[in-house]
Amino acid sequence: MTLYTLLSCLIEGFGNKETKSSQAVLGTNLYNAFFNLLKRDLRLAFRHKSEILNPLFFFVIVVTLFPLGISPEKQVLAEIGPGIIWVAALLASMLSLDSLFRSDFEDGTLELMLLSEYPLPILILAKIVAHWLITGFPIIIFSPLLGTVMFLSNEAIETLMITLLLGTPILSLIGAIGMALVVALKRGGMLLSLLVLPLYIPVLIFSSNAVGSSMAGLSISGQLYFLAAFLIFCLTLAPIATSAALRVSLE
Amino acid sequence: MMKAIMKFIYQFASPKHFYRLSGKIIPWFAWLAAILLIAGSIDGLFIAPVDYQQGDSYRIIFIHVPAAWMSMFIYMVMATSGAIALIWKIKLADVIASSSAPIGAAFTFLALVTGSIWGKPMWGAWWVWDARLTSELILLFLYLGYMALESAIEDPRAAARACAILAIVGVINIPIIHYSVEWWNTLHQGATVTKLDKPSIHISMLIPLLLMALGFKLYYAAVVLMRARNKVLVTEQNNRWVKEIIG
Repeated sequence: MTLYTLLSCLIEGFGNKETKSSQAVLGTNLYNAFFNLLKRDLRLAFRHKSEILNPLFFFVIVVTLFPLGISPEKQVLAEIGPGIIWVAALLASMLSLDSLFRSDFEDGTLELMLLSEYPLPILILAKIVAHWLITGFPIIIFSPLLGTVMFLSNEAIETLMITLLLGTPILSLIGAIGMALVVALKRGGMLLSLLVLPLYIPVLIFSSNAVGSSMAGLSISGQLYFLAAFLIFCLTLAPIATSAALRVSLE
Repeated sequence: MMKAIMKFIYQFASPKHFYRLSGKIIPWFAWLAAILLIAGSIDGLFIAPVDYQQGDSYRIIFIHVPAAWMSMFIYMVMATSGAIALIWKIKLADVIASSSAPIGAAFTFLALVTGSIWGKPMWGAWWVWDARLTSELILLFLYLGYMALESAIEDPRAAARACAILAIVGVINIPIIHYSVEWWNTLHQGATVTKLDKPSIHISMLIPLLLMALGFKLYYAAVVLMRARNKVLVTEQNNRWVKEIIG
Protein backbone atom coordinates (compact mmCIF):
# COMPACT_ATOMS: atom_id res chain seq x y z
CA MET A 1 0.00 0.00 0.00
CA THR A 2 1.57 3.21 -1.08
CA LEU A 3 1.50 6.40 0.81
CA TYR A 4 -0.74 7.87 -1.80
CA THR A 5 -3.48 5.29 -1.31
CA LEU A 6 -3.29 5.88 2.38
CA LEU A 7 -3.51 9.62 1.96
CA SER A 8 -6.22 9.50 -0.63
CA CYS A 9 -8.14 7.23 1.72
CA LEU A 10 -7.73 9.83 4.41
CA ILE A 11 -8.52 12.82 2.27
CA GLU A 12 -11.31 11.35 0.21
CA GLY A 13 -12.66 9.74 3.34
CA PHE A 14 -13.19 13.15 4.81
CA GLY A 15 -15.02 14.22 1.69
CA ASN A 16 -17.20 11.07 1.71
CA LYS A 17 -16.14 10.25 -1.81
CA GLU A 18 -15.16 6.87 -3.16
CA THR A 19 -11.49 5.98 -2.86
CA LYS A 20 -9.59 6.21 -6.08
CA SER A 21 -8.78 3.04 -7.94
CA SER A 22 -5.29 1.67 -7.70
CA GLN A 23 -4.84 2.33 -11.43
CA ALA A 24 -5.19 6.03 -10.82
CA VAL A 25 -2.87 5.77 -7.87
CA LEU A 26 -0.08 4.32 -9.97
CA GLY A 27 -0.50 7.12 -12.44
CA THR A 28 -0.02 9.85 -9.89
CA ASN A 29 3.25 11.65 -9.57
CA LEU A 30 5.39 13.29 -6.97
CA TYR A 31 3.65 16.60 -7.45
CA ASN A 32 0.38 15.06 -6.34
CA ALA A 33 1.97 13.32 -3.40
CA PHE A 34 3.44 16.59 -2.23
CA PHE A 35 0.21 18.53 -2.45
CA ASN A 36 -1.95 15.76 -1.06
CA LEU A 37 0.28 15.44 1.97
CA LEU A 38 0.21 19.21 2.38
CA LYS A 39 -3.58 19.25 2.10
CA ARG A 40 -3.90 16.39 4.56
CA ASP A 41 -1.73 18.09 7.17
CA LEU A 42 -3.61 21.36 6.77
CA ARG A 43 -6.93 19.58 7.03
CA LEU A 44 -5.83 17.78 10.18
CA ALA A 45 -4.72 21.09 11.67
CA PHE A 46 -8.05 22.72 10.87
CA ARG A 47 -9.82 19.84 12.59
CA HIS A 48 -7.76 20.50 15.72
CA LYS A 49 -7.92 24.25 15.84
CA SER A 50 -5.80 24.40 19.00
CA GLU A 51 -2.83 23.37 16.89
CA ILE A 52 -3.13 26.66 15.03
CA LEU A 53 -4.27 28.85 17.89
CA ASN A 54 -2.05 27.71 20.76
CA PRO A 55 1.31 28.79 19.27
CA LEU A 56 -0.30 32.10 18.38
CA PHE A 57 -1.64 32.66 21.89
CA PHE A 58 1.72 31.66 23.31
CA PHE A 59 3.41 34.20 21.04
CA VAL A 60 1.07 36.99 22.14
CA ILE A 61 1.32 36.14 25.86
CA VAL A 62 5.11 35.98 25.89
CA VAL A 63 5.35 39.40 24.24
CA THR A 64 2.82 40.80 26.75
CA LEU A 65 4.95 39.61 29.68
CA PHE A 66 7.86 41.90 28.81
CA PRO A 67 6.18 45.30 29.31
CA LEU A 68 4.88 43.94 32.61
CA GLY A 69 8.27 42.67 33.65
CA ILE A 70 10.44 45.53 32.43
CA SER A 71 8.61 48.81 31.94
CA PRO A 72 5.66 50.15 29.96
CA GLU A 73 7.65 53.17 28.80
CA LYS A 74 7.56 53.86 25.12
CA GLN A 75 11.29 54.43 24.73
CA VAL A 76 12.30 51.21 26.48
CA LEU A 77 9.79 49.06 24.64
CA ALA A 78 10.66 50.48 21.24
CA GLU A 79 14.29 49.67 21.98
CA ILE A 80 13.78 46.05 23.04
CA GLY A 81 10.61 45.35 21.04
CA PRO A 82 12.18 43.83 17.90
CA GLY A 83 14.25 41.40 19.94
CA ILE A 84 11.34 40.41 22.16
CA ILE A 85 8.93 39.81 19.32
CA TRP A 86 11.53 37.72 17.56
CA VAL A 87 12.45 35.68 20.64
CA ALA A 88 8.76 35.01 21.22
CA ALA A 89 8.33 33.91 17.60
CA LEU A 90 11.36 31.64 17.99
CA LEU A 91 9.95 29.98 21.11
CA ALA A 92 6.44 29.66 19.66
CA SER A 93 7.82 28.00 16.56
CA MET A 94 10.01 25.65 18.59
CA LEU A 95 7.25 24.60 20.97
CA SER A 96 4.91 23.85 18.08
CA LEU A 97 7.42 21.49 16.47
CA ASP A 98 5.93 18.58 18.37
CA SER A 99 2.89 18.63 16.11
CA LEU A 100 5.15 18.21 13.09
CA PHE A 101 5.96 14.52 13.54
CA ARG A 102 4.62 13.36 16.90
CA SER A 103 1.11 12.19 16.01
CA ASP A 104 2.25 10.73 12.69
CA PHE A 105 4.96 8.87 14.54
CA GLU A 106 2.52 7.48 17.08
CA ASP A 107 -0.07 6.22 14.58
CA GLY A 108 2.51 4.83 12.17
CA THR A 109 1.94 7.23 9.27
CA LEU A 110 5.57 8.26 9.41
CA GLU A 111 6.69 4.68 8.95
CA LEU A 112 4.54 4.34 5.83
CA MET A 113 6.08 7.53 4.49
CA LEU A 114 9.53 6.05 4.94
CA LEU A 115 8.45 2.96 3.04
CA SER A 116 6.74 4.84 0.24
CA GLU A 117 8.16 5.02 -3.26
CA TYR A 118 8.45 8.79 -3.22
CA PRO A 119 11.66 10.51 -2.15
CA LEU A 120 11.37 11.16 1.56
CA PRO A 121 12.84 14.71 1.56
CA ILE A 122 10.01 15.90 -0.72
CA LEU A 123 7.37 14.42 1.57
CA ILE A 124 9.13 15.95 4.57
CA LEU A 125 9.17 19.28 2.80
CA ALA A 126 5.40 19.07 2.36
CA LYS A 127 5.01 18.49 6.09
CA ILE A 128 7.35 21.37 6.90
CA VAL A 129 5.46 23.72 4.58
CA ALA A 130 2.22 22.69 6.24
CA HIS A 131 3.78 23.27 9.67
CA TRP A 132 4.87 26.74 8.60
CA LEU A 133 1.43 27.60 7.24
CA ILE A 134 -0.12 26.43 10.51
CA THR A 135 2.27 28.04 13.00
CA GLY A 136 4.46 30.58 11.21
CA PHE A 137 1.90 32.28 9.01
CA PRO A 138 -0.56 33.27 11.79
CA ILE A 139 2.36 34.82 13.66
CA ILE A 140 3.14 36.99 10.65
CA ILE A 141 -0.50 38.08 10.41
CA PHE A 142 -0.56 39.03 14.09
CA SER A 143 2.86 40.69 14.21
CA PRO A 144 1.70 44.22 13.23
CA LEU A 145 -0.57 44.21 16.25
CA LEU A 146 2.30 43.31 18.57
CA GLY A 147 4.59 45.76 16.81
CA THR A 148 2.08 48.54 17.52
CA VAL A 149 1.81 47.48 21.14
CA MET A 150 5.60 47.65 21.44
CA PHE A 151 5.61 51.14 19.87
CA LEU A 152 7.51 50.18 16.72
CA SER A 153 7.37 52.67 13.85
CA ASN A 154 5.41 51.82 10.71
CA GLU A 155 8.56 51.11 8.71
CA ALA A 156 9.80 48.86 11.49
CA ILE A 157 6.53 46.91 11.50
CA GLU A 158 6.82 46.48 7.76
CA THR A 159 10.37 45.16 8.22
CA LEU A 160 9.21 42.94 11.05
CA MET A 161 6.70 41.30 8.74
CA ILE A 162 9.27 40.82 5.99
CA THR A 163 11.81 39.30 8.39
CA LEU A 164 9.14 37.00 9.81
CA LEU A 165 8.16 35.99 6.30
CA LEU A 166 11.77 35.08 5.52
CA GLY A 167 12.72 33.83 8.97
CA THR A 168 9.87 31.66 10.25
CA PRO A 169 10.22 29.12 7.40
CA ILE A 170 13.88 28.76 8.43
CA LEU A 171 12.75 28.03 11.98
CA SER A 172 10.39 25.30 10.76
CA LEU A 173 13.07 23.82 8.51
CA ILE A 174 15.83 23.70 11.14
CA GLY A 175 13.36 22.67 13.82
CA ALA A 176 12.30 19.70 11.71
CA ILE A 177 15.84 18.29 11.92
CA GLY A 178 15.82 18.52 15.70
CA MET A 179 12.30 17.12 15.97
CA ALA A 180 13.21 14.19 13.74
CA LEU A 181 16.10 13.36 16.07
CA VAL A 182 13.97 13.34 19.23
CA VAL A 183 10.63 12.09 17.88
CA ALA A 184 11.11 8.57 19.22
CA LEU A 185 12.05 9.78 22.71
CA LYS A 186 9.51 10.00 25.50
CA ARG A 187 10.73 13.26 27.01
CA GLY A 188 12.15 15.05 24.03
CA GLY A 189 10.85 18.54 24.75
CA MET A 190 13.70 19.92 26.82
CA LEU A 191 16.26 18.18 24.67
CA LEU A 192 14.72 19.66 21.52
CA SER A 193 15.29 23.18 22.78
CA LEU A 194 18.92 22.38 23.54
CA LEU A 195 19.41 21.01 20.02
CA VAL A 196 17.49 23.61 18.06
CA LEU A 197 17.90 26.98 19.78
CA PRO A 198 21.66 27.37 19.12
CA LEU A 199 20.95 26.82 15.43
CA TYR A 200 18.26 29.54 15.47
CA ILE A 201 20.74 32.21 16.57
CA PRO A 202 21.72 33.57 13.12
CA VAL A 203 18.04 34.11 12.26
CA LEU A 204 17.47 35.95 15.53
CA ILE A 205 20.53 38.15 15.08
CA PHE A 206 19.78 39.27 11.54
CA SER A 207 16.02 39.61 11.91
CA SER A 208 15.89 41.64 15.09
CA ASN A 209 18.80 43.73 13.88
CA ALA A 210 16.94 44.47 10.64
CA VAL A 211 13.88 45.64 12.56
CA GLY A 212 16.02 47.76 14.89
CA SER A 213 17.90 49.27 11.95
CA SER A 214 14.74 50.23 10.14
CA MET A 215 13.57 51.94 13.34
CA ALA A 216 16.74 54.01 13.13
CA GLY A 217 16.16 54.68 9.46
CA LEU A 218 19.14 52.63 8.28
CA SER A 219 19.36 50.38 5.26
CA ILE A 220 18.33 46.78 5.90
CA SER A 221 19.02 45.15 2.55
CA GLY A 222 22.09 43.32 3.89
CA GLN A 223 20.16 41.59 6.64
CA LEU A 224 17.31 40.66 4.31
CA TYR A 225 19.74 39.25 1.74
CA PHE A 226 21.31 37.14 4.46
CA LEU A 227 17.93 35.83 5.61
CA ALA A 228 16.90 35.04 2.06
CA ALA A 229 20.17 33.21 1.41
CA PHE A 230 19.87 31.26 4.64
CA LEU A 231 16.28 30.36 3.74
CA ILE A 232 17.34 28.95 0.37
CA PHE A 233 20.20 27.11 2.05
CA CYS A 234 17.90 25.50 4.61
CA LEU A 235 15.23 24.80 2.04
CA THR A 236 17.67 22.69 0.03
CA LEU A 237 19.50 20.89 2.82
CA ALA A 238 17.22 20.68 5.85
CA PRO A 239 14.71 18.18 4.32
CA ILE A 240 17.60 15.84 3.49
CA ALA A 241 19.02 16.03 7.01
CA THR A 242 15.52 15.57 8.43
CA SER A 243 14.89 12.42 6.44
CA ALA A 244 18.26 11.00 7.49
CA ALA A 245 17.37 11.74 11.11
CA LEU A 246 13.91 10.18 10.72
CA ARG A 247 15.41 7.01 9.30
CA VAL A 248 17.61 6.76 12.41
CA SER A 249 14.74 7.49 14.78
CA LEU A 250 12.40 4.95 13.22
CA GLU A 251 14.92 2.18 12.89
CA MET B 1 43.21 -0.57 -5.49
CA MET B 2 40.33 1.14 -3.71
CA LYS B 3 39.17 -2.22 -2.48
CA ALA B 4 42.58 -3.00 -1.03
CA ILE B 5 42.66 0.35 0.75
CA MET B 6 39.20 -0.15 2.19
CA LYS B 7 40.11 -3.63 3.30
CA PHE B 8 43.17 -2.27 5.06
CA ILE B 9 41.09 0.43 6.73
CA TYR B 10 38.42 -2.00 7.86
CA GLN B 11 41.05 -4.30 9.25
CA PHE B 12 42.82 -1.45 10.97
CA ALA B 13 39.53 -0.22 12.38
CA SER B 14 38.54 -3.55 13.78
CA PRO B 15 38.16 -3.27 17.55
CA LYS B 16 40.84 -5.84 18.30
CA HIS B 17 43.48 -4.18 16.11
CA PHE B 18 42.55 -0.78 17.38
CA TYR B 19 42.88 -1.89 20.97
CA ARG B 20 46.35 -3.32 20.45
CA LEU B 21 47.69 -0.48 18.34
CA SER B 22 46.28 2.32 20.50
CA GLY B 23 47.78 0.68 23.56
CA LYS B 24 51.19 1.09 21.96
CA ILE B 25 50.61 4.65 20.73
CA ILE B 26 49.08 6.19 23.87
CA PRO B 27 52.30 6.38 25.97
CA TRP B 28 54.08 8.15 23.09
CA PHE B 29 51.31 10.73 22.77
CA ALA B 30 51.03 11.18 26.52
CA TRP B 31 54.77 11.67 27.11
CA LEU B 32 55.18 13.99 24.15
CA ALA B 33 52.18 15.99 25.35
CA ALA B 34 53.64 16.25 28.85
CA ILE B 35 57.03 17.42 27.54
CA LEU B 36 55.51 19.95 25.16
CA LEU B 37 53.11 21.32 27.77
CA ILE B 38 55.89 21.73 30.34
CA ALA B 39 58.24 23.34 27.82
CA GLY B 40 55.47 25.57 26.48
CA SER B 41 54.40 26.65 29.96
CA ILE B 42 57.95 27.52 31.04
CA ASP B 43 58.62 29.35 27.79
CA GLY B 44 55.27 31.12 27.88
CA LEU B 45 55.19 32.06 31.54
CA PHE B 46 58.84 32.98 32.18
CA ILE B 47 60.83 33.39 28.99
CA ALA B 48 58.47 35.11 26.54
CA PRO B 49 58.73 38.93 26.77
CA VAL B 50 56.17 41.07 28.54
CA ASP B 51 53.54 42.58 26.27
CA TYR B 52 53.96 46.34 25.96
CA GLN B 53 50.24 46.95 26.28
CA GLN B 54 48.77 44.12 28.30
CA GLY B 55 51.69 43.49 30.68
CA ASP B 56 51.93 40.00 32.12
CA SER B 57 48.22 39.27 31.99
CA TYR B 58 48.44 38.42 28.29
CA ARG B 59 50.21 35.19 29.26
CA ILE B 60 46.88 33.46 29.74
CA ILE B 61 46.62 33.25 25.93
CA PHE B 62 49.02 30.32 26.08
CA ILE B 63 46.14 28.36 27.59
CA HIS B 64 43.20 30.28 26.17
CA VAL B 65 44.08 30.23 22.49
CA PRO B 66 45.09 26.54 22.24
CA ALA B 67 41.95 25.60 24.20
CA ALA B 68 39.78 27.63 21.80
CA TRP B 69 41.51 26.02 18.82
CA MET B 70 40.96 22.58 20.31
CA SER B 71 37.29 23.30 20.96
CA MET B 72 36.72 23.87 17.24
CA PHE B 73 39.11 21.15 16.13
CA ILE B 74 37.38 18.50 18.24
CA TYR B 75 33.95 19.42 16.88
CA MET B 76 35.40 18.99 13.39
CA VAL B 77 36.77 15.60 14.42
CA MET B 78 33.34 14.60 15.74
CA ALA B 79 31.56 15.67 12.56
CA THR B 80 34.15 14.01 10.33
CA SER B 81 34.12 10.73 12.19
CA GLY B 82 30.32 10.91 12.34
CA ALA B 83 30.25 11.22 8.55
CA ILE B 84 32.73 8.33 8.21
CA ALA B 85 30.55 6.19 10.48
CA LEU B 86 27.41 7.03 8.50
CA ILE B 87 28.96 6.45 5.08
CA TRP B 88 31.31 3.50 5.58
CA LYS B 89 29.66 2.03 8.68
CA ILE B 90 32.94 1.94 10.58
CA LYS B 91 31.95 1.46 14.21
CA LEU B 92 35.24 2.79 15.50
CA ALA B 93 34.46 6.23 14.06
CA ASP B 94 31.34 6.38 16.25
CA VAL B 95 33.44 5.47 19.26
CA ILE B 96 35.94 8.24 18.49
CA ALA B 97 33.14 10.79 18.00
CA SER B 98 31.37 10.01 21.25
CA SER B 99 34.65 9.81 23.22
CA SER B 100 35.60 13.23 21.85
CA ALA B 101 32.47 15.08 22.94
CA PRO B 102 33.19 15.51 26.68
CA ILE B 103 36.82 16.43 25.96
CA GLY B 104 35.71 19.03 23.45
CA ALA B 105 33.16 20.42 25.88
CA ALA B 106 35.88 20.63 28.55
CA PHE B 107 38.21 22.54 26.21
CA THR B 108 35.36 24.88 25.26
CA PHE B 109 34.65 25.51 28.92
CA LEU B 110 38.35 26.11 29.57
CA ALA B 111 38.49 28.61 26.70
CA LEU B 112 35.46 30.43 28.11
CA VAL B 113 36.82 30.57 31.64
CA THR B 114 40.30 31.72 30.63
CA GLY B 115 38.73 34.22 28.24
CA SER B 116 36.68 35.70 31.03
CA ILE B 117 39.65 35.78 33.43
CA TRP B 118 41.65 37.56 30.74
CA GLY B 119 38.75 39.92 30.15
CA LYS B 120 38.60 41.09 33.77
CA PRO B 121 41.78 43.25 33.69
CA MET B 122 41.45 44.02 29.96
CA TRP B 123 37.80 45.01 29.67
CA GLY B 124 37.10 45.57 33.37
CA ALA B 125 34.35 42.96 33.40
CA TRP B 126 34.19 39.20 33.76
CA TRP B 127 31.97 38.82 30.78
CA VAL B 128 31.67 40.93 27.67
CA TRP B 129 29.31 40.05 24.85
CA ASP B 130 32.18 39.94 22.46
CA ALA B 131 31.80 38.06 19.21
CA ARG B 132 34.31 35.30 19.75
CA LEU B 133 33.42 34.66 23.39
CA THR B 134 29.76 34.47 22.38
CA SER B 135 30.37 32.01 19.57
CA GLU B 136 32.47 29.94 21.94
CA LEU B 137 29.51 29.91 24.34
CA ILE B 138 27.20 28.77 21.53
CA LEU B 139 29.73 26.07 20.67
CA LEU B 140 29.49 24.89 24.28
CA PHE B 141 25.70 24.67 23.86
CA LEU B 142 26.22 22.58 20.72
CA TYR B 143 28.48 20.21 22.65
CA LEU B 144 25.95 19.98 25.49
CA GLY B 145 23.14 19.27 23.01
CA TYR B 146 25.24 16.52 21.44
CA MET B 147 25.95 14.92 24.80
CA ALA B 148 22.33 15.27 25.92
CA LEU B 149 21.08 13.59 22.74
CA GLU B 150 23.59 10.80 23.15
CA SER B 151 22.50 10.07 26.70
CA ALA B 152 18.79 10.35 25.85
CA ILE B 153 18.78 7.57 23.25
CA GLU B 154 19.10 4.19 24.86
CA ASP B 155 20.23 2.07 21.94
CA PRO B 156 23.93 2.94 21.47
CA ARG B 157 23.87 2.30 17.71
CA ALA B 158 20.91 4.60 17.16
CA ALA B 159 22.41 7.18 19.52
CA ALA B 160 25.65 7.18 17.58
CA ARG B 161 23.88 7.67 14.24
CA ALA B 162 21.59 10.40 15.55
CA CYS B 163 24.58 12.18 17.07
CA ALA B 164 26.50 11.89 13.81
CA ILE B 165 23.68 13.67 11.98
CA LEU B 166 23.54 16.34 14.69
CA ALA B 167 27.30 16.88 14.52
CA ILE B 168 27.19 17.26 10.73
CA VAL B 169 24.29 19.73 10.93
CA GLY B 170 26.18 21.57 13.65
CA VAL B 171 29.42 21.74 11.71
CA ILE B 172 27.63 23.21 8.70
CA ASN B 173 26.02 25.79 10.96
CA ILE B 174 29.10 26.74 12.99
CA PRO B 175 30.58 29.08 10.35
CA ILE B 176 27.17 30.67 9.78
CA ILE B 177 26.67 31.19 13.52
CA HIS B 178 30.25 32.39 13.93
CA TYR B 179 30.06 35.00 11.19
CA SER B 180 26.62 36.21 12.19
CA VAL B 181 27.80 36.67 15.76
CA GLU B 182 30.94 38.39 14.50
CA TRP B 183 28.87 40.71 12.38
CA TRP B 184 26.57 41.33 15.33
CA ASN B 185 29.25 42.69 17.56
CA THR B 186 32.96 42.72 18.03
CA LEU B 187 35.10 44.14 20.80
CA HIS B 188 37.68 41.39 20.68
CA GLN B 189 41.04 42.16 19.16
CA GLY B 190 41.38 40.69 15.70
CA ALA B 191 43.17 37.40 15.12
CA THR B 192 46.90 37.98 15.25
CA VAL B 193 48.41 34.59 14.67
CA THR B 194 48.55 34.55 10.86
CA LYS B 195 51.87 36.00 9.84
CA LEU B 196 50.43 37.47 6.65
CA ASP B 197 48.74 40.60 7.92
CA LYS B 198 49.76 43.05 10.60
CA PRO B 199 49.67 43.42 13.55
CA SER B 200 50.87 39.91 14.14
CA ILE B 201 52.30 38.06 17.09
CA HIS B 202 56.05 38.24 17.73
CA ILE B 203 58.04 35.08 17.16
CA SER B 204 59.13 34.89 20.82
CA MET B 205 55.47 34.63 21.80
CA LEU B 206 54.47 32.47 18.86
CA ILE B 207 56.87 29.65 19.76
CA PRO B 208 55.42 28.92 23.24
CA LEU B 209 51.92 29.29 21.77
CA LEU B 210 52.61 26.68 19.12
CA LEU B 211 54.30 24.40 21.67
CA MET B 212 51.20 24.59 23.85
CA ALA B 213 48.87 24.06 20.88
CA LEU B 214 50.76 20.94 19.83
CA GLY B 215 50.83 19.76 23.45
CA PHE B 216 47.06 20.20 23.72
CA LYS B 217 46.56 18.25 20.50
CA LEU B 218 48.67 15.34 21.66
CA TYR B 219 46.97 15.40 25.05
CA TYR B 220 43.62 15.18 23.29
CA ALA B 221 44.88 12.34 21.12
CA ALA B 222 46.07 10.39 24.16
CA VAL B 223 42.89 10.95 26.16
CA VAL B 224 40.51 10.23 23.29
CA LEU B 225 42.31 6.99 22.56
CA MET B 226 42.13 5.98 26.23
CA ARG B 227 38.40 6.69 26.33
CA ALA B 228 37.85 4.92 23.04
CA ARG B 229 39.74 1.87 24.32
CA ASN B 230 37.44 1.67 27.31
CA LYS B 231 34.36 1.97 25.13
CA VAL B 232 35.64 -0.69 22.78
CA LEU B 233 36.16 -3.04 25.71
CA VAL B 234 32.63 -2.43 26.94
CA THR B 235 30.95 -2.91 23.57
CA GLU B 236 33.05 -5.96 22.68
CA GLN B 237 32.88 -7.51 26.12
CA ASN B 238 31.39 -10.75 24.82
CA ASN B 239 34.19 -11.39 22.34
CA ARG B 240 36.94 -13.83 23.09
CA TRP B 241 39.86 -11.45 22.67
CA VAL B 242 38.42 -9.16 25.34
CA LYS B 243 37.96 -12.05 27.73
CA GLU B 244 41.56 -13.04 27.12
CA ILE B 245 42.77 -9.56 28.02
CA ILE B 246 40.60 -9.21 31.08
CA GLY B 247 41.27 -12.78 32.09
